[in-house]
Amino acid sequence: MVRILVCVKQAIDVSQLKVDSATRRLITVDAPKKISDFDKNALEEAIRIKEKLGGEVFTVTVGPEDAKTTLREALAMGADKAYSMSDPIFENSDTLATSYILAETIKKIGPFDLILCGEASIDSFSAQVGPRLAEQLGIPLITYARRLNLEGDAVTAERGLEDCSQTMKVKMPALVTVTKEINEPRIPSLMAIMKASKKEIVMWKAADLNVASGKVGVNGSAVQVLDVLAPKMERKKIVIKGESAKETAEKLAKALVQEGVVGR
Amino acid sequence: MSDHRGVWVYSENKDLMLELLGKGSKLTGELGTKLTAVILGHDVKDHAKELVGYGAQKVIVVDNSQLKEFQVDTYLGALTQLTQQQKPELFLIGSTRRGKELAARLAARLKVGCVPDCLELKVDDQGRLVTERIVYGGNAIVTQVFRTKPQIATIPRRRFEKPEYKAESQGEIIDVTDISLEPPKAEIVEIKPIEIAETKIEEARVVIGGGRGLEKKEDFKILDELAKILGGQVGYTRPLAEDRKWFTEWVGLSGHAISPELYIACGISGVIQHVAGIRDSKIVVAINTDPEAPIMEMADYIVVGDLYEVIPAFSEALRKLLASA
Repeated sequence: MVRILVCVKQAIDVSQLKVDSATRRLITVDAPKKISDFDKNALEEAIRIKEKLGGEVFTVTVGPEDAKTTLREALAMGADKAYSMSDPIFENSDTLATSYILAETIKKIGPFDLILCGEASIDSFSAQVGPRLAEQLGIPLITYARRLNLEGDAVTAERGLEDCSQTMKVKMPALVTVTKEINEPRIPSLMAIMKASKKEIVMWKAADLNVASGKVGVNGSAVQVLDVLAPKMERKKIVIKGESAKETAEKLAKALVQEGVVGR
Repeated sequence: MSDHRGVWVYSENKDLMLELLGKGSKLTGELGTKLTAVILGHDVKDHAKELVGYGAQKVIVVDNSQLKEFQVDTYLGALTQLTQQQKPELFLIGSTRRGKELAARLAARLKVGCVPDCLELKVDDQGRLVTERIVYGGNAIVTQVFRTKPQIATIPRRRFEKPEYKAESQGEIIDVTDISLEPPKAEIVEIKPIEIAETKIEEARVVIGGGRGLEKKEDFKILDELAKILGGQVGYTRPLAEDRKWFTEWVGLSGHAISPELYIACGISGVIQHVAGIRDSKIVVAINTDPEAPIMEMADYIVVGDLYEVIPAFSEALRKLLASA
């Protein structure tokens, strides 16, 4: 019987994000949100382990109150218990503060044999919360796992690095971050979705946890955001047009020679 | 906080280490401080001298047989002690997967901030170090500052130039021996080297990109032909790799980020994730039948036309032009 915790983030669906081209601001109000892709892989992996070895899958998120829709999705996939950490003072927490909130949550509902996280979130992609959480808890870590195996009190994972693929083994309790190659997350059935809608989601605020207010939110963050802007696109946008494909091609070739990028 | 001084650089990847020295020496100039390289390993003394030639004013060397292999727990322990003892104001770490884990965990141990994958770092008029990185799948750049020190930032490959080697450069090499090295918690069971393509698309001067406008995999020969004439390489978009399974790699935010002198997008619509991977190209040419395709907004030269007609004609025109030059 393994006790597994999966940390999930409700992320902005970046593929549907729109930009106001005049101000270069992102239109985040009402932007569609979803479980961050790699967190779904982590969930799927946890559920597969449970199906094979028996046990319980817990899931936790830190975020706004509506992040519980993310937890509903996790429950529908097969998680047993869901916890939402939501408090106005948690808003704008960076990775330092977020991993602290998660660590305090785990101290309350843990211990766990295995904690799984996605390699990074699809919106901020910093790949820090998992490693920071492992440090806060003082447990071994394997990052970027694309295959995972539990045997006795050890977890073995294969990870892809730039120059090699490495198989690592650590003793549990341990934290593993997973990549999307690890599995294909299941799509919950209608029945599973309906069953999940009746499950309880534990909603905790700062007061329910032993967190210091100076260590969460903006005050507890080590990095301060100055601005978020769509990148500038300064291109010449010169249209090349000839009477025929041949003439167009010749004009283009000449233009590129003049730019000095062809013919050297 | 004010007793933190100096810029440190570290990467287990030797090429990236040199690029960090290049960026680091610019920043030390702006911050009025010194540049220190950190080397962890075994039998690495010669490497220290080399880094002095590449601009390190100081090299901290921890030379120990326990550091022969990159074991993240042991390396992390060493870096934590060094930064706690010597307090740099800024620590640049190479953004490999190993480096990113190392940086995040070091930041956690020191309870400080870490900005990963910085595309730019500069000192503003208030003397603050300002970082820039891509977020939201390539849709935005976030500008951030640190509220804690040491400020830890990771930097990807090929973002900054490697400095010139100067044999006459002088620097101090410090051998650190009073450090306690912890044994790794993780056991490396197996290492399988992966074959790295001999020609890297990141290093190509010219890249021809193919997208969904190509109907069949065989049609890539039109692009191959053009690449040959221009001495370039062919790259693909994600749908060709992921959906059509023609290739295993792609150019874009989640794949290879490139910055060639010339990028020719053929039959590519230009979704934001792809554009994020080619943004730093010097000149972008877009060839597409759809004048409204987003790629047109980010091209220097636009050809509205069928790539099956335009590309062969373009290859022919180039062949003539280059033969006469």
